[in-house]
Formats: sequence, C-alpha cells, structure tokens
Amino acid sequence: MLQIECPWCGLRDEPEFSYGGPSHVTRPTQEVSDAGWAEYLFTRANPKGVLRERWRHTFGCGQWFNLARDTVTHRIVEIYRMGDASSDE
Amino acid sequence: MKSRYSALALLKAAMFPGGGTPAWTECEPKTRYDIVIVGGGGHGLATAYYLASNHGLRNVAVIERGWIGGGNTGRNTTVVRSNYLYPESARLYDFSLKRYETLGRDLNFNIMLSQRGLMLLAHSRHDLETHARSANAMWMNGIDAELLSREEVASRVPLLDVSAGARFPVLGGLNQRRAGTARHDAVAWGYARAAHSLGIDIVQNCEVKGFLKGGNGGVCGVDTTRGRIAAERVGIAAAGQSTVLAALAGFQLPITSYALQAMVSEPVKPCLDTVVLSGATGTYVSQSDKGEMVMRGALDFYASYAQRGSIAVGQNVIGGVISLFPALGHLALLRQWAGIVDVVHDSSPIISGTPVENLYINCGWGTGGFKAIPVGGWTFAHLLATGASHELAEPFQLQRFTSGRLIDEAAASGIAH
Repeated sequence: MLQIECPWCGLRDEPEFSYGGPSHVTRPTQEVSDAGWAEYLFTRANPKGVLRERWRHTFGCGQWFNLARDTVTHRIVEIYRMGDASSDE
Repeated sequence: MKSRYSALALLKAAMFPGGGTPAWTECEPKTRYDIVIVGGGGHGLATAYYLASNHGLRNVAVIERGWIGGGNTGRNTTVVRSNYLYPESARLYDFSLKRYETLGRDLNFNIMLSQRGLMLLAHSRHDLETHARSANAMWMNGIDAELLSREEVASRVPLLDVSAGARFPVLGGLNQRRAGTARHDAVAWGYARAAHSLGIDIVQNCEVKGFLKGGNGGVCGVDTTRGRIAAERVGIAAAGQSTVLAALAGFQLPITSYALQAMVSEPVKPCLDTVVLSGATGTYVSQSDKGEMVMRGALDFYASYAQRGSIAVGQNVIGGVISLFPALGHLALLRQWAGIVDVVHDSSPIISGTPVENLYINCGWGTGGFKAIPVGGWTFAHLLATGASHELAEPFQLQRFTSGRLIDEAAASGIAH
C-alpha cells in the first residue's frame, strides 16, 4: 500500500487517493492534425521508471496535486502542487 | 514430434519408468531467422506454432527475457469466454474459444479445458437491462448466451448469498455455457512443444536491448543479451512491456501498463463448479482443480511495472468475494500476485503493423489476454507471414486511434478496467 504525503493534509494511506494519470499533458491548438489529436487523446507517457502524475486526495481535502513516482519500485520521488514546476523542469 | 502423448504412451512410461524425454529443448540462438518473435508468453508461442503449421515458416525463433509462460500467461485466472458486445470482438474472441475447444487434440497436449460456464451476476434492475442487451448482442453474433432468473442462479451456485438481506442482492444472471477455464501453463507448454517439434527455436533468458535497423530505417533484427540476431521481420508480443520495446524501436503506443492482481485461497473440496463474475463488487471467482478459490478484481489504478498487487486493492477484492460468498470468509489466503497488463483506451487489442517497417506488434489485450491466445497467435502469424492483416484482425490496427473507429469494449466484461 502506498503512503502519500498530501501537500495539505500530510501522510495518508493509498485508499484515500485517486489516480489522475500523467501530469503536464498539454492540449493542442485547433490546428492540430488527426495524428496529433490522436496522440493527445490516447498516447500517454508509460515509462518503466519515474513518471510524473496527478493524484487527488479524494477522501480527504479533495485537492489535486502532482507526484513523481517510480513505476517499478513505487518509490515517491517528489510531490508538488498543481501549477508548481517539477524540480527537473 | 519426439513422442506422441497418449494413454498407451502413459502406460508404457508407467511400466518402464525413467524413459521420459523433455517436451522441447532449449536452443542457442542462430545469427539469422526469417522471423523473430519477442516474447515467449502464450501469444508469442502460439504465433510461432501457427507460423509453422498454417504458413510453413519454420526458420523462426521465439526469444524470451525470462522463462516461457512466466509473465501474464502464468499469472491470469485461466478464464476463457467470448461474451463480448460488438461484432468485431465477438468474431475475434469466439474464434479463439473455438480454437480452445480443439486445442488439446491439435497440440497433442492436455490443456485441461473445462467449459464450466461463466455467470455474470445482476445486482440491480439496471444490470438486468444491461444483461438483456448483452444477451441479445451475443445471440445476434451467433454466440451462446442465456439469461437466468434469481432462482436459477441460486440453484446453480448454492454457495452464493441470494438472501433478501444480502449486501449485493442477486436478481439474475447472464450465462455463457461454453465459457470456462483452461490450464494456463499447459497452454504455454503445449504451444511450445508443438512449435518446437515443427522446427521453431525457443530461446529463454534472452532480453532485447535494441532493434537493428537497415538502410531504409526498417528493422532487420534484434540486439539481445545473447548477441545480435538478424531477421526479415520482427514481431513483438510482450503485453505490459510493449511500450518499453516500442520506445527502443523509436515509436509510441496508446498503452498504459497496470498491475492486475489475482489470489488464491487454501484448497478446499469442490464447492463451485462455474465461474462467477460480479460487476458491482468487481470480482471474478472460480475454483481451481486443486481446490483453491481463484479470485480476481479490478486493476491497481495507477501505472505500474511492479509484478505485485497493492494490498488496498486486494482487500477490496476479498471484501467483494466474501459479501457474495460469506462461507469463504473462513478460508486463509494462500498466495497473491500480479501481472503487468497493457491497457488501451477502448479495451480492444492491437494486432498491427507499426510506424517502423518490418516490425509488427500484438498487444493491448489488457486484462483479458489469456482467452485470446489462439486467435492472437493465429492472426499475428498471418500478419507476420503475409505482411497483410488477417480478416479477423483488420479492425484492430493502430490506425483506429487516428480514424476514431474505436471498438469500445471497455464495459463489456462487466468489470471496470
């Protein structure tokens, strides 16, 4: 079971949270090609390693935040608020 | 084939013990093949077998990072079924189920197919309506289906709590009699033995480090931990590892890898002779031939390459199972594990060419790859042998994500995935 440090509430157990998929996905402009639109809709980063993703403290404060997690070890590398830059940006 | 398995062969072996031969033998990889298949799970091994048996191609190797059948093929809950909604899927999965029905004979290997039926429970009026729609779709597609009343469900599954006070009341069921279970390891071993006897090389402990590219940018082989292997065509059948391999070849796939967990209880005497699936609790339950209660639930809903399941999700699965079958609350849990599944947005597979020439992929089976092994192998072999999509696999190519022609089976199995 993951333990996640909510930026507002502190350390809580996994069942309190919902997963929101990878972070930092940018919606393309209206001039996008079909292939570009398909990529935006369906292709997500799926690394075997560190993935930056959005989580929500659904059964707590209800806030969304960003989290960087290793998809093999599940080690949480970084947690930062929505709108904040990741340390490697 | 070295020796044919039969009752007579069994009797002979019993009378003169010690004369057994391995079902297939380990190979050193050659430096060149017509076709190399990356991934020695059910789909990869079946592809190799059908390349040889349907297309006469024998200069073929299956290369596997670990050991054959050690990934999702050895980690699923062994269910086979074809209760899908859309005609494209129904054709695909029923072809697979029909192949399973004769597979033991075709491979001369007992895959222990048991068509014990699969019953989807209705817990609400809305479930009853959805089931009626599914049953109609199945009948239209020529697939057996029956709608059961609450009393029929209760008489077929006496262990189930159908009382008025049940946390998840049972109002009826949707049954597919031809569905059931098969021995998952036997499917891998049976295909491996049959493929090997037709001249296919099976190479274990051989991980792909990169793809060799020719002058035109197309793939002309693989670079592995056991050396370079040249190939005219390369096929990837690697489930949850698909995007990692695609990245090595220089393209992306619309796939996310998740852990899907399953677990078994301690073995008990036979008490459940069908597969029970409950959408509301998100659980599958069946009983293995050893007597263990085999249980599976929803995905662990975050991207994962760790072959283990979250305790939080496991608790939900067990809670769901016990609310349906209170008597099972007394059992001890024996084992819990997970496989890494390749989930696509429309929960339909990808059997397709790729942006890289001479490189083909069979993936996206998500939480239901085991039942599809025969058809996955059959259609992927056709694609690798001819370069053209098999009629059954035509709708399941990568182009569908750009054209918008998705085959949205996401809700068809009755479990959110």
